[in-house]
Amino acid sequence: MAYQAALRVWRGDHGQGDLTPYTVEVNEGEVVLDVLHRLQASQANDLAIRWNCKAGKCGSCSMEINGRPRLACMTRMSTFAEDEVLTITPLRTFPVIRDLVTDVSFNYAKARQIPSFTPDPSVGLGEFRMQQVDVQRSQEFRKCIECYLCQNVCHVIRDHPENERPFAGPRFLMRIAELEMHPADTADRRDIAQDDFGLGYCNITKCCTEVCPEHIKITDNALIPMKERVAGRKYDPVVWLGSKISRRPRSAGTPKVPGKQT
Amino acid sequence: MADIGHSDVLRLPYDVVVIGAGGSGLRAAIEARLAGKRTAVISKSLFGKAHTVMAEGGCAAAMGNMNPNDNWMVHFRDTMRGGKFLNNPRMAELHAKEAPERVWELEAWGALFDRTKDGKISQRNFGGHEYPRLAHLGDRTGLEIIRTLQQKVVALQQEDAVSHGDPEALIKVYAETTITRLISDGEGRIAGAFGYIRETGEFVLFQAPTVILATGGIGKTFKVSSNSWEYTGDGHALALLAGAKLINMEFVQFHPTHMVWPISVRGLLVTESVRGDGGVLRNSEGRRYMFDYVPDVFRAQYAETEEEADRWYADPDHNRRPPELLPRDEVARANNAEVKAGRGSPHGGVFLDIASRLPAEEILRRLPSMYHQFKELADVDITKEPMEVGPAQHYVMGGVEVDPDTGESAVPGLFAAGEVSGGMHGSNRLGGNSLSDLLVFGRRAGLGAVEYLNRLGPKQPVPDEGAVEAAQTEAQAPLQRTGGENPYAVHDAVQETMSSLVGIIRTEAEIRRAMAELDKLGERAANVAAAGGSAYNPGWHMALDMRNIMLMARCVAAAALERQESRGGHTRDDHPGMSPAWRRVILACSLEGDTVAITRQDTPQMRADLLALFDKSELKKYLTEEELASIPAPAPAATAAASATATATEETH
Ligand SMILES: Cc1cc2nc3c(=O)[nH]c(=O)nc-3n(C[C@H](O)[C@H](O)[C@H](O)COP(=O)(O)OP(=O)(O)OC[C@H]3O[C@@H](n4cnc5c(N)ncnc54)[C@H](O)[C@@H]3O)c2cc1C
Ligand code: SF4
Ligand code: SF4
Ligand code: FES
Repeated sequence: MAYQAALRVWRGDHGQGDLTPYTVEVNEGEVVLDVLHRLQASQANDLAIRWNCKAGKCGSCSMEINGRPRLACMTRMSTFAEDEVLTITPLRTFPVIRDLVTDVSFNYAKARQIPSFTPDPSVGLGEFRMQQVDVQRSQEFRKCIECYLCQNVCHVIRDHPENERPFAGPRFLMRIAELEMHPADTADRRDIAQDDFGLGYCNITKCCTEVCPEHIKITDNALIPMKERVAGRKYDPVVWLGSKISRRPRSAGTPKVPGKQT
Repeated sequence: MADIGHSDVLRLPYDVVVIGAGGSGLRAAIEARLAGKRTAVISKSLFGKAHTVMAEGGCAAAMGNMNPNDNWMVHFRDTMRGGKFLNNPRMAELHAKEAPERVWELEAWGALFDRTKDGKISQRNFGGHEYPRLAHLGDRTGLEIIRTLQQKVVALQQEDAVSHGDPEALIKVYAETTITRLISDGEGRIAGAFGYIRETGEFVLFQAPTVILATGGIGKTFKVSSNSWEYTGDGHALALLAGAKLINMEFVQFHPTHMVWPISVRGLLVTESVRGDGGVLRNSEGRRYMFDYVPDVFRAQYAETEEEADRWYADPDHNRRPPELLPRDEVARANNAEVKAGRGSPHGGVFLDIASRLPAEEILRRLPSMYHQFKELADVDITKEPMEVGPAQHYVMGGVEVDPDTGESAVPGLFAAGEVSGGMHGSNRLGGNSLSDLLVFGRRAGLGAVEYLNRLGPKQPVPDEGAVEAAQTEAQAPLQRTGGENPYAVHDAVQETMSSLVGIIRTEAEIRRAMAELDKLGERAANVAAAGGSAYNPGWHMALDMRNIMLMARCVAAAALERQESRGGHTRDDHPGMSPAWRRVILACSLEGDTVAITRQDTPQMRADLLALFDKSELKKYLTEEELASIPAPAPAATAAASATATATEETH
């Protein structure tokens, strides 16, 4: 039943800090977030954690647990041995604000650079007609809860902060794919996917797919098909050029990337 | 734009300040920005993570895509029945009329709802709704709505980057920022909102003639709740403190089926679709006890034997519905009674059994997320064993009293929309009617603020500097107090008191005990301290939340004591019946000094053309003799329209 777990939690601000040891009670069925909440309520009132839904739906509680990027609210304590010391650290790729809370503003900045949904302006309210099979591809990507675990784990930025400028990361390359596959969108984002958002940096290691708590097949269903579409215009060695290239029917042309210096 | 005024408060001037980035807040902000107003959106959490993200089932709108007979009048009737005729009828009318356009608008902004065969938005059946009416995307409709609104805000910012050279020229999101006080101009008009930025602990004053509250609910007043930490009743409390009134605070929705075990997931919603698809409730003796709890008023519509109930799923036209599909307040009360009688499950719930009712593959197909929820979090395979479930707090019908058309409160310049506002849902909300409420009234509050600004002229309100200073002193107090109490412990005690004494079933004696407890807890709450600094300090946040949580507990308790009848989300064991005389009464909370005062007001009258949508025999269940006598004889056409009867389930996602 209940037992005392040994935890090492990273505490500190703005890069200064270290792992602080704690002993916290664990009850049957609990997840890591429960244990952190107990720690916060009883021993460390000021422990900074982000969370909201505690149901795997909001993507707030991302952290690294024994070095693995996870949602704390969906990681059960029973997946660890009772005598195992749990090491809990903030997401490594993003700057720490305090304790387990990181500055994820990079992601919001990227989101604002992607040209938005561009429907045919002549379609009136309630007049969209789309088939389920056609919306389903983009619906998979819209399951994304923006936990940024994929962004955290992708080696293109994890090990190379200098790539943060040219590379949007899996979540936002997937957003481009989502708009590309949206049946009612008319813009063509193939060129900018490569030139402005760094699709070519991705060498399909699938690390992003592995950590996605929504089980979205980011690499197979978004990134590779995007690479195939782009291949019609650009050369990318990862793509097998023999594959079929699908083109959009009504193209509104390539939109300008907001804020880009020309 | 920003400059530091005296006493180190960052000052940010805006036209419209929206507190809350959920469905209602974002929709309001978009409307204000579309009208060219400079708009700030403030949120306690990150952008895109507000509570709306958790909504599952869908968004109600009478688009008629599945059944052409559906229209706003049918939706209006269902909503009034769900709220037991205590709803503000004008709000219910606007909601039913405008919801379809608000949903279509989302589609034009990129939302991808599930589709019908002919390519329209698919609509799902839900309790209390006569026809399939809920636009949905699997079981993650809230996420789709919030993401679409978030992306619309981004699209507008991209336009502003082009036309103004700055994406944040007209609309800016202040995430992880908490408002602790509204500031007036000394003449009672709104002049701004005071708060702090979580990351740095820095104080900030948003200076604006209009504030729109879109802060959601009060779930964290109760121990077992499906709501997130954000639901500390901030907007409700801010409005009260600014001089506005809260109505219907006794009406708190308890949904009957939530996980009870492990403790860690207590309160996680178990969708009513489980019962809709054949799931049955049993006690520890294996008895399907809902047959014992059919009240007289529903006797005619519900099956008396298990055989008849089981035939209903395949043949609803010739059999009566199973009692598991009674209105949710009935089911919640029954579950509660079984546990109290000692016939509960090992962890204090009852058994919800779908395993013995459907083949495993069918359960997996129809209820995939329920399967995963139980498998991943409780090690329970719902295709093999029953679930343990119990009621939990889910929604609050009560909120800021507003003008139905504009969302304006009694305080000039202060608006409210979404769960923080009151009136729309009466004593009980129908499932799916919240998401649509957010869109309809979010937009209307945005427009209301724009109109107010356009009327305002040159006499701009100026923040009362004394109030700004007082707000700063108040916010700093827990950090400066030494030897004060742990706010988490006090919060826990308030929740315990409210859940056990002012929960699903209430009595005068228990409510009085709760009020006495709250008096003692109030002293403790006033003395909480926060260790550590002001930068990203959850202990400090919790300490500041205590004022709001205490106020909400007091409002709910005081209103619950006053209303001596049982209706919707308010059940008095000592006054079990629904009383037509009480239907004419709305209870309003206001602050007199530090105490919560309750006043009685008249329930808003329904216009004759709306009344005519109902059959007189149905109105008899709700209205007084006197009211019935004054209704003119209905035109024949209206009677025909009203004769379609409602389904009695009230699903409450
Ligand atoms: C599990 C669950 C499932 C549900 N399913 C459905 C469903 O299927 N259909 C349906 O219609 N309804 C459903 N509901 C109800 C519905 O989701 C909510 O009522 C609705 O989302 C509330 O939206 P809102 O815009 O009012 O507030 P929220 O989305 O809760 O947003 C509140 C915002 O206010 C901010 N805020 C609060 N206080 C402050 C402060 N002091 N300072 C600054 N910001 C502040 C918060 O940070 C947040 O951004 C469900 C509810 C739950 C719990
Ligand atoms: S597949 Fe591409 S985007 Fe995903 S982790 Fe690997 S390199 Fe990064
Ligand atoms: S794609 Fe998956 S891992 Fe990446 S942000 Fe979205 S939910 Fe998280
Ligand atoms: S708290 Fe929402 S995903 Fe963990």
